[in-house]
Amino acid sequence: MERPLTQHITFPPLELRQYEAIGGYQAVRKAVRHMQPKDVTALVKESNMKGRGGAGFSTGMKWSFVPMDVPGPKYLVANADEMEPGTFKDRWLLEGNPHQLLEGMIVAAYAIQATEAFVFLRWAYKDAAIAIRKAIAEAYDAGYLGKDILGTGYSLEMHLHTGVGRYMCGEETALLNSLEGKRATPRAKPPFPQVSGLFGKPTIVNNVETLSFIPHIINKGADWFKSLSRTADGGTKIYGVSGRVRKPGAWELPMGITMRELIEEYAGGMKEGYGFRGVLPGGASTDFLIDKHMDITLDFAGVAAAGSRLGTGTMVVLDDQTCPVGFVHNLEHFFAQESCGFCTPCREGLPWTEKLLWAIEQGRGQEEDLELLLRHTEWLGPGNTFCALAPGAMEPLQSALKYFRDDFERHIREHRCPYHDPVPAVPASAHLHHTHHL
Amino acid sequence: MLSMTEKEKIEEEIRLVPIKKAACIEALKIVQAHRRWVSDESIRDVADILDMSPEEVDSVATFYNLIFRQPVGRHIILLCDSISCYVMGLKGIHEELTGLLGIQYGQTTADGRFTLLPNPCLGTCDHAPALMVDNDLYRDLHPAALADILDKYT
Repeated sequence: MERPLTQHITFPPLELRQYEAIGGYQAVRKAVRHMQPKDVTALVKESNMKGRGGAGFSTGMKWSFVPMDVPGPKYLVANADEMEPGTFKDRWLLEGNPHQLLEGMIVAAYAIQATEAFVFLRWAYKDAAIAIRKAIAEAYDAGYLGKDILGTGYSLEMHLHTGVGRYMCGEETALLNSLEGKRATPRAKPPFPQVSGLFGKPTIVNNVETLSFIPHIINKGADWFKSLSRTADGGTKIYGVSGRVRKPGAWELPMGITMRELIEEYAGGMKEGYGFRGVLPGGASTDFLIDKHMDITLDFAGVAAAGSRLGTGTMVVLDDQTCPVGFVHNLEHFFAQESCGFCTPCREGLPWTEKLLWAIEQGRGQEEDLELLLRHTEWLGPGNTFCALAPGAMEPLQSALKYFRDDFERHIREHRCPYHDPVPAVPASAHLHHTHHL
Repeated sequence: MLSMTEKEKIEEEIRLVPIKKAACIEALKIVQAHRRWVSDESIRDVADILDMSPEEVDSVATFYNLIFRQPVGRHIILLCDSISCYVMGLKGIHEELTGLLGIQYGQTTADGRFTLLPNPCLGTCDHAPALMVDNDLYRDLHPAALADILDKYT
Protein backbone atom coordinates (compact mmCIF):
# COMPACT_ATOMS: atom_id res chain seq x y z
CA MET A 1 0.00 0.00 0.00
CA GLU A 2 1.46 3.35 -1.02
CA ARG A 3 1.69 6.06 1.60
CA PRO A 4 3.05 9.03 -0.32
CA LEU A 5 2.18 11.64 2.31
CA THR A 6 3.61 9.92 5.33
CA GLN A 7 6.33 7.55 4.11
CA HIS A 8 9.07 10.06 4.79
CA ILE A 9 7.80 11.44 8.05
CA THR A 10 10.51 11.51 10.68
CA PHE A 11 11.06 13.31 13.98
CA PRO A 12 13.03 15.49 13.63
CA PRO A 13 12.01 15.89 9.99
CA LEU A 14 14.26 15.47 6.96
CA GLU A 15 16.56 18.38 6.28
CA LEU A 16 16.52 19.84 2.79
CA ARG A 17 19.42 17.76 1.45
CA GLN A 18 17.89 14.58 2.84
CA TYR A 19 14.52 15.53 1.41
CA GLU A 20 16.13 16.11 -1.99
CA ALA A 21 17.83 12.72 -1.75
CA ILE A 22 14.44 10.99 -1.64
CA GLY A 23 13.20 12.96 -4.64
CA GLY A 24 12.19 16.14 -2.89
CA TYR A 25 11.73 19.38 -4.86
CA GLN A 26 11.57 17.47 -8.15
CA ALA A 27 7.96 18.66 -8.48
CA VAL A 28 9.09 22.28 -8.12
CA ARG A 29 11.77 21.73 -10.76
CA LYS A 30 9.29 20.06 -13.08
CA ALA A 31 6.50 22.61 -12.60
CA VAL A 32 8.42 25.88 -12.78
CA ARG A 33 10.76 24.74 -15.55
CA HIS A 34 8.59 22.60 -17.76
CA MET A 35 4.93 23.37 -17.10
CA GLN A 36 2.74 26.38 -17.71
CA PRO A 37 0.82 27.55 -14.61
CA LYS A 38 -2.48 26.60 -16.27
CA ASP A 39 -1.15 23.09 -16.93
CA VAL A 40 -0.36 22.64 -13.24
CA THR A 41 -3.91 23.64 -12.37
CA ALA A 42 -5.31 21.41 -15.09
CA LEU A 43 -3.36 18.42 -13.77
CA VAL A 44 -4.57 18.96 -10.21
CA LYS A 45 -8.12 19.36 -11.50
CA GLU A 46 -7.80 16.16 -13.51
CA SER A 47 -6.62 14.28 -10.43
CA ASN A 48 -9.95 15.07 -8.76
CA MET A 49 -8.13 16.03 -5.55
CA LYS A 50 -10.69 17.27 -3.06
CA GLY A 51 -9.57 19.62 -0.32
CA ARG A 52 -8.68 17.86 2.92
CA GLY A 53 -9.57 20.72 5.27
CA GLY A 54 -13.15 19.59 5.76
CA ALA A 55 -15.28 20.97 2.95
CA GLY A 56 -14.01 18.65 0.24
CA PHE A 57 -14.13 21.10 -2.65
CA SER A 58 -12.11 20.32 -5.81
CA THR A 59 -8.65 21.84 -5.37
CA GLY A 60 -7.91 22.32 -9.06
CA MET A 61 -11.31 23.94 -9.54
CA LYS A 62 -10.60 26.36 -6.69
CA TRP A 63 -7.29 27.36 -8.27
CA SER A 64 -8.94 27.81 -11.65
CA PHE A 65 -11.13 30.61 -10.22
CA VAL A 66 -8.10 32.86 -9.77
CA PRO A 67 -8.12 35.57 -12.46
CA MET A 68 -4.69 35.23 -14.02
CA ASP A 69 -4.60 38.51 -15.92
CA VAL A 70 -5.03 40.99 -13.04
CA PRO A 71 -2.08 43.19 -12.13
CA GLY A 72 -0.61 43.22 -8.64
CA PRO A 73 0.20 40.58 -6.09
CA LYS A 74 -1.57 37.27 -5.56
CA TYR A 75 -1.32 35.20 -2.42
CA LEU A 76 -1.25 31.58 -1.34
CA VAL A 77 -1.99 30.56 2.24
CA ALA A 78 -1.50 27.18 3.88
CA ASN A 79 -4.22 26.79 6.48
CA ALA A 80 -2.33 25.16 9.35
CA ASP A 81 -4.61 26.47 12.06
CA GLU A 82 -6.01 22.99 12.88
CA MET A 83 -8.20 23.72 15.88
CA GLU A 84 -11.22 21.50 15.27
CA PRO A 85 -11.57 19.34 18.38
CA GLY A 86 -10.76 15.75 17.57
CA THR A 87 -8.54 16.72 14.65
CA PHE A 88 -4.81 16.14 14.81
CA LYS A 89 -3.75 14.99 11.34
CA ASP A 90 -1.98 18.12 10.10
CA ARG A 91 0.30 18.23 13.13
CA TRP A 92 1.84 15.00 11.86
CA LEU A 93 2.60 16.49 8.43
CA LEU A 94 3.79 19.83 9.79
CA GLU A 95 6.17 18.40 12.36
CA GLY A 96 7.23 15.35 10.36
CA ASN A 97 7.80 16.65 6.84
CA PRO A 98 7.65 20.44 6.48
CA HIS A 99 9.54 20.43 3.16
CA GLN A 100 6.75 18.38 1.58
CA LEU A 101 4.29 21.14 2.56
CA LEU A 102 6.62 23.89 1.34
CA GLU A 103 7.14 22.10 -1.96
CA GLY A 104 3.37 21.81 -2.41
CA MET A 105 2.99 25.48 -1.58
CA ILE A 106 5.63 26.55 -4.11
CA VAL A 107 3.94 24.52 -6.85
CA ALA A 108 0.48 25.82 -5.90
CA ALA A 109 1.79 29.38 -5.75
CA TYR A 110 3.37 28.94 -9.16
CA ALA A 111 0.06 27.64 -10.57
CA ILE A 112 -1.74 30.81 -9.55
CA GLN A 113 1.38 32.99 -10.02
CA ALA A 114 1.32 34.11 -6.40
CA THR A 115 4.16 36.33 -5.30
CA GLU A 116 3.78 35.74 -1.58
CA ALA A 117 2.86 32.70 0.47
CA PHE A 118 1.99 32.31 4.15
CA VAL A 119 1.83 29.38 6.50
CA PHE A 120 -0.91 30.28 8.99
CA LEU A 121 0.09 28.08 11.92
CA ARG A 122 -1.65 27.76 15.23
CA TRP A 123 0.14 28.90 18.36
CA ALA A 124 0.13 25.53 20.10
CA TYR A 125 2.17 23.80 17.39
CA LYS A 126 5.55 24.84 18.75
CA ASP A 127 7.57 21.99 17.20
CA ALA A 128 5.93 22.62 13.84
CA ALA A 129 6.87 26.30 14.03
CA ILE A 130 10.52 25.39 14.58
CA ALA A 131 10.44 22.83 11.75
CA ILE A 132 8.76 25.18 9.28
CA ARG A 133 10.95 28.16 10.10
CA LYS A 134 14.02 26.02 9.47
CA ALA A 135 12.60 24.51 6.28
CA ILE A 136 11.75 27.95 4.86
CA ALA A 137 15.30 29.16 5.53
CA GLU A 138 16.74 26.06 3.85
CA ALA A 139 14.47 26.47 0.84
CA TYR A 140 15.59 30.10 0.42
CA ASP A 141 19.24 29.03 0.62
CA ALA A 142 18.72 26.36 -2.01
CA GLY A 143 17.00 28.75 -4.42
CA TYR A 144 13.51 27.22 -4.17
CA LEU A 145 12.20 30.45 -2.66
CA GLY A 146 13.00 34.09 -3.22
CA LYS A 147 13.78 35.88 -6.43
CA ASP A 148 14.14 34.06 -9.72
CA ILE A 149 13.51 30.52 -8.51
CA LEU A 150 15.90 28.06 -10.21
CA GLY A 151 16.67 30.75 -12.79
CA THR A 152 13.16 30.63 -14.25
CA GLY A 153 12.18 34.22 -13.54
CA TYR A 154 9.44 33.13 -11.13
CA SER A 155 9.73 34.68 -7.64
CA LEU A 156 8.01 33.79 -4.39
CA GLU A 157 8.41 35.05 -0.83
CA MET A 158 7.23 32.84 2.03
CA HIS A 159 6.37 33.76 5.63
CA LEU A 160 5.39 31.86 8.72
CA HIS A 161 2.53 33.45 10.65
CA THR A 162 1.75 32.00 14.06
CA GLY A 163 -1.80 32.61 15.24
CA VAL A 164 -2.96 33.78 18.64
CA GLY A 165 -5.69 31.29 19.19
CA ARG A 166 -9.18 31.40 17.81
CA TYR A 167 -11.05 28.57 16.08
CA MET A 168 -12.58 31.03 13.62
CA CYS A 169 -9.15 31.51 12.05
CA GLY A 170 -9.64 28.16 10.34
CA GLU A 171 -12.49 29.61 8.23
CA GLU A 172 -10.74 30.89 5.15
CA THR A 173 -12.13 34.42 5.04
CA ALA A 174 -11.73 34.86 8.82
CA LEU A 175 -8.18 33.62 8.41
CA LEU A 176 -7.55 36.34 5.86
CA ASN A 177 -8.89 39.00 8.23
CA SER A 178 -6.57 37.66 10.90
CA LEU A 179 -3.61 37.79 8.51
CA GLU A 180 -4.55 41.41 7.89
CA GLY A 181 -4.18 42.05 11.61
CA LYS A 182 -7.92 42.20 12.33
CA ARG A 183 -10.44 40.26 14.36
CA ALA A 184 -11.02 36.90 12.72
CA THR A 185 -14.60 37.44 11.65
CA PRO A 186 -15.77 35.86 8.40
CA ARG A 187 -16.31 37.90 5.24
CA ALA A 188 -19.35 37.92 3.01
CA LYS A 189 -19.04 35.80 -0.11
CA PRO A 190 -19.00 36.63 -2.98
CA PRO A 191 -16.48 37.92 -3.77
CA PHE A 192 -14.65 34.70 -3.06
CA PRO A 193 -11.05 34.91 -1.84
CA GLN A 194 -9.86 33.47 -5.14
CA VAL A 195 -10.89 36.79 -6.67
CA SER A 196 -10.62 39.18 -3.73
CA GLY A 197 -8.80 37.75 -0.74
CA LEU A 198 -5.85 38.96 1.29
CA PHE A 199 -5.58 42.76 1.02
CA GLY A 200 -8.24 42.53 -1.68
CA LYS A 201 -6.04 40.49 -3.98
CA PRO A 202 -6.64 37.02 -5.44
CA THR A 203 -5.84 34.45 -2.76
CA ILE A 204 -5.93 30.70 -2.45
CA VAL A 205 -6.24 29.10 0.96
CA ASN A 206 -5.56 25.36 1.07
CA ASN A 207 -5.30 22.85 3.88
CA VAL A 208 -1.92 21.38 4.86
CA GLU A 209 -2.83 17.82 3.82
CA THR A 210 -4.07 19.09 0.45
CA LEU A 211 -0.90 21.05 -0.25
CA SER A 212 1.34 18.22 0.92
CA PHE A 213 -0.18 16.03 -1.80
CA ILE A 214 0.57 18.43 -4.65
CA PRO A 215 4.23 17.43 -5.25
CA HIS A 216 3.20 13.79 -5.61
CA ILE A 217 0.47 14.60 -8.12
CA ILE A 218 2.94 16.64 -10.18
CA ASN A 219 5.54 13.87 -10.09
CA LYS A 220 3.28 10.89 -10.69
CA GLY A 221 0.21 12.20 -12.43
CA ALA A 222 -3.56 12.26 -12.09
CA ASP A 223 -4.16 8.58 -12.84
CA TRP A 224 -1.68 7.49 -10.21
CA PHE A 225 -3.46 9.73 -7.69
CA LYS A 226 -6.82 8.24 -8.56
CA SER A 227 -5.41 4.71 -8.36
CA LEU A 228 -4.49 5.20 -4.70
CA SER A 229 -8.15 5.32 -3.79
CA ARG A 230 -10.79 2.63 -3.58
CA THR A 231 -13.54 5.03 -4.63
CA ALA A 232 -14.23 8.00 -6.88
CA ASP A 233 -12.53 10.43 -4.48
CA GLY A 234 -8.88 10.05 -5.39
CA GLY A 235 -5.81 9.63 -3.26
CA THR A 236 -5.01 8.44 0.18
CA LYS A 237 -6.41 10.14 3.26
CA ILE A 238 -5.00 10.61 6.70
CA TYR A 239 -7.59 9.12 9.00
CA GLY A 240 -7.38 9.33 12.76
CA VAL A 241 -9.21 7.87 15.72
CA SER A 242 -9.31 9.11 19.30
CA GLY A 243 -11.40 8.10 22.30
CA ARG A 244 -11.54 4.82 24.18
CA VAL A 245 -10.16 2.58 21.47
CA ARG A 246 -7.20 0.24 21.99
CA LYS A 247 -4.78 2.08 19.70
CA PRO A 248 -5.70 5.72 19.12
CA GLY A 249 -3.69 7.19 16.27
CA ALA A 250 -3.56 8.39 12.68
CA TRP A 251 -2.94 6.39 9.53
CA GLU A 252 -2.57 7.20 5.86
CA LEU A 253 -4.91 4.81 4.06
CA PRO A 254 -6.64 4.57 0.69
CA MET A 255 -9.56 6.97 0.42
CA GLY A 256 -12.72 4.94 0.81
CA ILE A 257 -11.75 2.34 3.38
CA THR A 258 -14.65 1.38 5.60
CA MET A 259 -15.29 2.73 9.05
CA ARG A 260 -15.16 -0.84 10.38
CA GLU A 261 -11.64 -1.33 9.05
CA LEU A 262 -10.49 1.95 10.52
CA ILE A 263 -11.97 1.49 13.97
CA GLU A 264 -11.62 -2.26 14.38
CA GLU A 265 -8.41 -2.99 12.47
CA TYR A 266 -6.32 0.12 12.75
CA ALA A 267 -7.59 1.55 16.03
CA GLY A 268 -7.84 -1.98 17.45
CA GLY A 269 -11.51 -1.77 18.42
CA MET A 270 -12.82 -0.64 21.77
CA LYS A 271 -10.74 -0.79 24.92
CA GLU A 272 -11.39 -3.67 27.28
CA GLY A 273 -14.58 -2.97 29.18
CA TYR A 274 -15.96 -0.32 26.84
CA GLY A 275 -18.61 -0.63 24.16
CA PHE A 276 -19.04 1.43 20.99
CA ARG A 277 -21.95 3.88 20.91
CA GLY A 278 -21.14 6.27 18.13
CA VAL A 279 -18.51 8.29 16.35
CA LEU A 280 -18.03 11.78 14.98
CA PRO A 281 -16.42 10.87 11.67
CA GLY A 282 -14.64 14.11 10.88
CA GLY A 283 -14.13 16.30 13.91
CA ALA A 284 -16.42 18.13 16.32
CA SER A 285 -18.68 19.66 13.67
CA THR A 286 -19.92 16.45 12.08
CA ASP A 287 -23.01 14.32 12.76
CA PHE A 288 -22.71 11.17 14.86
CA LEU A 289 -22.69 7.87 13.05
CA ILE A 290 -23.59 4.68 14.92
CA ASP A 291 -23.26 0.89 14.74
CA LYS A 292 -25.36 0.50 11.60
CA HIS A 293 -22.94 2.75 9.70
CA MET A 294 -19.86 0.62 10.35
CA ASP A 295 -19.59 -0.58 6.76
CA ILE A 296 -19.87 2.78 5.02
CA THR A 297 -16.92 3.92 2.94
CA LEU A 298 -14.96 6.82 4.39
CA ASP A 299 -14.97 9.15 1.42
CA PHE A 300 -16.92 12.35 0.84
CA ALA A 301 -19.96 10.69 -0.78
CA GLY A 302 -20.02 7.65 1.50
CA VAL A 303 -20.14 9.62 4.73
CA ALA A 304 -22.61 12.12 3.25
CA ALA A 305 -24.95 9.27 2.28
CA ALA A 306 -24.91 8.13 5.91
CA GLY A 307 -26.00 11.61 7.00
CA SER A 308 -22.73 13.07 8.15
CA ARG A 309 -19.56 14.58 6.69
CA LEU A 310 -16.07 13.17 6.17
CA GLY A 311 -14.81 16.53 7.44
CA THR A 312 -11.19 16.14 8.44
CA GLY A 313 -11.41 12.33 8.54
CA THR A 314 -10.30 12.29 12.16
CA MET A 315 -12.84 10.52 14.32
CA VAL A 316 -13.86 10.84 17.93
CA VAL A 317 -15.40 7.70 19.38
CA LEU A 318 -18.19 7.85 21.95
CA ASP A 319 -18.08 4.83 24.24
CA ASP A 320 -20.87 3.37 26.35
CA GLN A 321 -19.57 4.77 29.62
CA THR A 322 -19.32 8.38 28.50
CA CYS A 323 -22.52 10.37 28.83
CA PRO A 324 -23.76 11.47 25.37
CA VAL A 325 -25.30 14.60 26.91
CA GLY A 326 -22.02 15.52 28.60
CA PHE A 327 -20.20 14.74 25.36
CA VAL A 328 -22.43 17.07 23.34
CA HIS A 329 -22.32 19.69 26.08
CA ASN A 330 -18.53 19.73 25.82
CA LEU A 331 -18.81 20.28 22.06
CA GLU A 332 -21.37 23.07 22.37
CA HIS A 333 -19.31 24.74 25.09
CA PHE A 334 -16.44 24.84 22.62
CA PHE A 335 -18.54 26.27 19.81
CA ALA A 336 -20.20 28.84 22.06
CA GLN A 337 -16.82 29.99 23.31
CA GLU A 338 -15.28 30.14 19.85
CA SER A 339 -18.19 31.88 18.11
CA CYS A 340 -16.79 35.17 16.86
CA GLY A 341 -20.01 36.90 17.94
CA PHE A 342 -20.38 38.58 14.59
CA CYS A 343 -23.88 37.28 13.79
CA THR A 344 -26.72 37.10 16.27
CA PRO A 345 -28.02 33.54 15.89
CA CYS A 346 -24.56 32.15 16.59
CA ARG A 347 -23.63 34.61 19.33
CA GLU A 348 -26.91 34.17 21.21
CA GLY A 349 -27.99 30.70 20.14
CA LEU A 350 -24.87 28.75 20.98
CA PRO A 351 -24.63 29.88 24.63
CA TRP A 352 -28.36 29.17 24.95
CA THR A 353 -27.84 25.68 23.56
CA GLU A 354 -24.92 25.11 25.88
CA LYS A 355 -26.91 26.21 28.93
CA LEU A 356 -29.82 23.95 28.05
CA LEU A 357 -27.50 20.98 27.69
CA TRP A 358 -25.75 21.80 30.95
CA ALA A 359 -29.08 21.98 32.74
CA ILE A 360 -30.09 18.59 31.35
CA GLU A 361 -26.71 17.11 32.23
CA GLN A 362 -27.07 18.42 35.79
CA GLY A 363 -30.53 16.92 36.16
CA ARG A 364 -32.31 20.26 35.88
CA GLY A 365 -33.76 19.67 32.42
CA GLN A 366 -37.44 20.08 31.56
CA GLU A 367 -39.37 17.94 29.11
CA GLU A 368 -39.82 20.83 26.69
CA ASP A 369 -36.04 21.39 26.53
CA LEU A 370 -35.60 18.67 23.93
CA GLU A 371 -38.06 20.36 21.62
CA LEU A 372 -36.27 23.66 22.21
CA LEU A 373 -32.91 22.07 21.40
CA LEU A 374 -34.32 20.62 18.21
CA ARG A 375 -35.61 24.03 17.20
CA HIS A 376 -32.16 25.48 17.83
CA THR A 377 -30.70 22.97 15.40
CA GLU A 378 -32.94 24.58 12.78
CA TRP A 379 -32.49 28.21 13.88
CA LEU A 380 -28.73 27.82 13.87
CA GLY A 381 -28.72 25.56 10.85
CA PRO A 382 -27.51 26.21 7.30
CA GLY A 383 -28.75 29.46 5.80
CA ASN A 384 -29.56 31.18 9.09
CA THR A 385 -26.06 32.23 10.11
CA PHE A 386 -23.26 34.18 8.49
CA CYS A 387 -20.79 31.30 8.30
CA ALA A 388 -20.62 27.56 8.90
CA LEU A 389 -19.61 27.60 12.58
CA ALA A 390 -23.09 27.37 14.11
CA PRO A 391 -24.48 24.94 11.49
CA GLY A 392 -21.39 22.81 12.18
CA ALA A 393 -22.08 23.03 15.90
CA MET A 394 -25.63 21.78 15.31
CA GLU A 395 -24.52 18.62 13.49
CA PRO A 396 -23.42 16.59 16.53
CA LEU A 397 -26.40 17.93 18.51
CA GLN A 398 -29.10 17.05 16.00
CA SER A 399 -27.71 13.55 15.50
CA ALA A 400 -27.29 13.02 19.25
CA LEU A 401 -30.95 13.94 19.72
CA LYS A 402 -31.79 11.36 17.08
CA TYR A 403 -29.56 8.48 18.17
CA PHE A 404 -29.24 9.00 21.92
CA ARG A 405 -32.66 10.43 22.69
CA ASP A 406 -33.23 7.90 25.46
CA ASP A 407 -30.22 9.28 27.29
CA PHE A 408 -31.53 12.83 27.12
CA GLU A 409 -34.97 11.69 28.30
CA ARG A 410 -33.53 9.67 31.14
CA HIS A 411 -31.60 12.70 32.43
CA ILE A 412 -34.81 14.71 32.50
CA ARG A 413 -36.94 11.94 33.98
CA GLU A 414 -34.48 10.96 36.70
CA HIS A 415 -33.21 14.50 37.39
CA ARG A 416 -29.60 13.34 37.25
CA CYS A 417 -26.90 12.13 34.92
CA PRO A 418 -27.02 8.34 34.82
CA TYR A 419 -23.33 8.21 33.86
CA HIS A 420 -21.45 10.70 36.00
CA ASP A 421 -23.55 10.33 39.08
CA PRO A 422 -24.29 6.65 39.31
CA VAL A 423 -26.64 5.34 41.96
CA PRO A 424 -24.52 4.68 45.03
CA ALA A 425 -23.87 1.01 45.52
CA VAL A 426 -26.45 -0.45 47.83
CA PRO A 427 -24.75 -1.75 50.97
CA ALA A 428 -24.90 -5.52 51.20
CA SER A 429 -26.79 -5.30 54.47
CA ALA A 430 -29.61 -3.43 52.76
CA HIS A 431 -30.41 -6.46 50.68
CA LEU A 432 -31.53 -8.25 53.78
CA HIS A 433 -34.56 -6.02 53.95
CA HIS A 434 -35.21 -4.81 50.44
CA THR A 435 -35.66 -6.32 47.05
CA HIS A 436 -34.20 -4.59 43.98
CA HIS A 437 -36.44 -1.89 42.72
CA LEU A 438 -34.34 -0.62 39.79
CA MET B 1 6.35 53.27 26.94
CA LEU B 2 7.48 50.74 24.39
CA SER B 3 11.15 49.87 24.61
CA MET B 4 13.47 50.56 21.67
CA THR B 5 13.63 46.83 20.99
CA GLU B 6 9.85 46.54 20.91
CA LYS B 7 9.57 49.57 18.65
CA GLU B 8 12.20 48.27 16.25
CA LYS B 9 10.56 44.87 16.04
CA ILE B 10 7.15 46.43 15.39
CA GLU B 11 8.63 48.71 12.71
CA GLU B 12 10.11 45.61 11.10
CA GLU B 13 6.66 43.99 10.98
CA ILE B 14 5.14 47.16 9.52
CA ARG B 15 7.62 47.01 6.63
CA LEU B 16 6.35 43.51 5.73
CA VAL B 17 2.72 44.54 5.20
CA PRO B 18 1.01 46.87 2.71
CA ILE B 19 -0.88 48.82 5.39
CA LYS B 20 0.28 49.65 8.90
CA LYS B 21 -2.82 48.26 10.63
CA ALA B 22 -2.03 44.83 9.28
CA ALA B 23 0.85 44.60 11.75
CA CYS B 24 -1.54 44.88 14.71
CA ILE B 25 -1.51 41.24 15.84
CA GLU B 26 2.23 40.96 15.36
CA ALA B 27 2.73 44.15 17.38
CA LEU B 28 0.60 42.76 20.22
CA LYS B 29 2.59 39.53 20.11
CA ILE B 30 5.83 41.49 20.34
CA VAL B 31 4.63 43.47 23.35
CA GLN B 32 3.40 40.32 25.05
CA ALA B 33 6.65 38.49 24.37
CA HIS B 34 8.48 41.27 26.23
CA ARG B 35 6.02 41.95 29.05
CA ARG B 36 4.04 38.67 29.29
CA TRP B 37 0.77 40.63 28.99
CA VAL B 38 -0.69 43.66 27.22
CA SER B 39 -1.64 46.56 29.49
CA ASP B 40 -3.92 49.50 28.66
CA GLU B 41 -0.79 51.61 28.31
CA SER B 42 0.67 49.14 25.82
CA ILE B 43 -2.58 49.19 23.86
CA ARG B 44 -2.24 52.99 23.55
CA ASP B 45 1.43 52.69 22.56
CA VAL B 46 0.65 50.12 19.86
CA ALA B 47 -2.24 52.29 18.63
CA ASP B 48 0.11 55.28 18.31
CA ILE B 49 2.70 53.42 16.31
CA LEU B 50 0.07 51.89 13.96
CA ASP B 51 -2.06 55.04 13.53
CA MET B 52 -5.04 53.26 15.03
CA SER B 53 -7.37 54.20 17.87
CA PRO B 54 -6.72 52.41 21.18
CA GLU B 55 -10.25 51.00 20.96
CA GLU B 56 -9.49 49.47 17.59
CA VAL B 57 -6.32 47.83 18.90
CA ASP B 58 -8.17 46.64 22.00
CA SER B 59 -10.89 45.06 19.87
CA VAL B 60 -8.21 42.96 18.19
CA ALA B 61 -6.38 42.20 21.44
CA THR B 62 -9.49 40.99 23.23
CA PHE B 63 -10.62 38.82 20.33
CA TYR B 64 -7.78 36.34 20.56
CA ASN B 65 -7.53 33.72 23.29
CA LEU B 66 -3.80 34.01 23.70
CA ILE B 67 -3.33 37.76 23.92
CA PHE B 68 -3.47 38.44 27.63
CA ARG B 69 -5.07 41.70 28.77
CA GLN B 70 -4.39 40.92 32.42
CA PRO B 71 -1.13 40.11 34.18
CA VAL B 72 -0.27 36.42 34.03
CA GLY B 73 2.05 34.17 35.96
CA ARG B 74 5.58 33.17 35.00
CA HIS B 75 4.25 30.01 33.38
CA ILE B 76 1.07 29.52 31.39
CA ILE B 77 -0.72 26.21 31.70
CA LEU B 78 -3.07 25.48 28.80
CA LEU B 79 -5.30 22.56 29.72
CA CYS B 80 -6.99 21.05 26.70
CA ASP B 81 -10.72 20.92 27.44
CA SER B 82 -11.85 19.57 24.08
CA ILE B 83 -13.80 16.46 23.32
CA SER B 84 -11.12 13.76 23.09
CA CYS B 85 -9.57 14.95 26.33
CA TYR B 86 -13.05 15.10 27.87
CA VAL B 87 -13.63 11.46 26.98
CA MET B 88 -10.18 10.39 28.15
CA GLY B 89 -10.31 11.86 31.64
CA LEU B 90 -10.20 15.65 31.57
CA LYS B 91 -12.32 15.78 34.73
CA GLY B 92 -9.73 13.96 36.85
CA ILE B 93 -6.90 16.03 35.42
CA HIS B 94 -8.79 19.26 36.02
CA GLU B 95 -9.63 18.34 39.61
CA GLU B 96 -6.08 17.32 40.46
CA LEU B 97 -4.55 20.33 38.76
CA THR B 98 -6.83 22.93 40.32
CA GLY B 99 -6.28 21.19 43.67
CA LEU B 100 -2.50 21.34 43.35
CA LEU B 101 -2.51 24.94 42.17
CA GLY B 102 -5.31 26.16 44.41
CA ILE B 103 -6.74 28.22 41.53
CA GLN B 104 -9.46 27.95 38.91
CA TYR B 105 -9.34 28.67 35.16
CA GLY B 106 -8.32 32.25 34.45
CA GLN B 107 -6.53 32.69 37.76
CA THR B 108 -2.90 33.04 38.74
CA THR B 109 -1.31 31.42 41.77
CA ALA B 110 -0.58 33.78 44.66
CA ASP B 111 3.18 33.32 44.17
CA GLY B 112 2.82 34.38 40.52
CA ARG B 113 4.16 31.05 39.33
CA PHE B 114 1.30 29.72 37.20
CA THR B 115 -1.73 30.95 35.28
CA LEU B 116 -4.24 28.25 34.37
CA LEU B 117 -6.24 28.57 31.14
CA PRO B 118 -8.57 26.23 29.28
CA ASN B 119 -7.51 25.65 25.71
CA PRO B 120 -9.60 24.34 22.85
CA CYS B 121 -7.98 21.31 21.28
CA LEU B 122 -4.22 21.05 21.41
CA GLY B 123 -4.39 18.78 18.35
CA THR B 124 -2.96 15.73 20.03
CA CYS B 125 -6.24 13.86 20.46
CA ASP B 126 -4.68 10.41 20.01
CA HIS B 127 -2.67 11.09 23.17
CA ALA B 128 -5.44 12.63 25.26
CA PRO B 129 -5.65 14.03 27.84
CA ALA B 130 -3.08 16.73 27.20
CA LEU B 131 -1.84 20.06 28.48
CA MET B 132 0.89 22.55 27.68
CA VAL B 133 3.10 24.45 30.07
CA ASP B 134 4.70 27.33 28.15
CA ASN B 135 6.23 25.58 25.13
CA ASP B 136 6.13 22.07 26.55
CA LEU B 137 3.42 19.61 25.58
CA TYR B 138 2.43 16.82 27.98
CA ARG B 139 0.34 13.98 26.64
CA ASP B 140 -1.34 10.76 27.80
CA LEU B 141 -1.73 12.47 31.16
CA HIS B 142 -2.66 10.82 34.41
CA PRO B 143 -3.59 12.87 37.48
CA ALA B 144 -0.71 11.29 39.38
CA ALA B 145 1.79 12.74 36.89
CA LEU B 146 0.78 16.36 37.43
CA ALA B 147 2.74 17.19 40.59
CA ASP B 148 6.02 16.16 38.95
CA ILE B 149 5.22 18.21 35.87
CA LEU B 150 4.54 21.34 37.92
CA ASP B 151 7.75 20.82 39.89
CA LYS B 152 9.77 21.46 36.72
CA TYR B 153 8.69 25.09 36.66
CA THR B 154 9.94 27.54 39.24
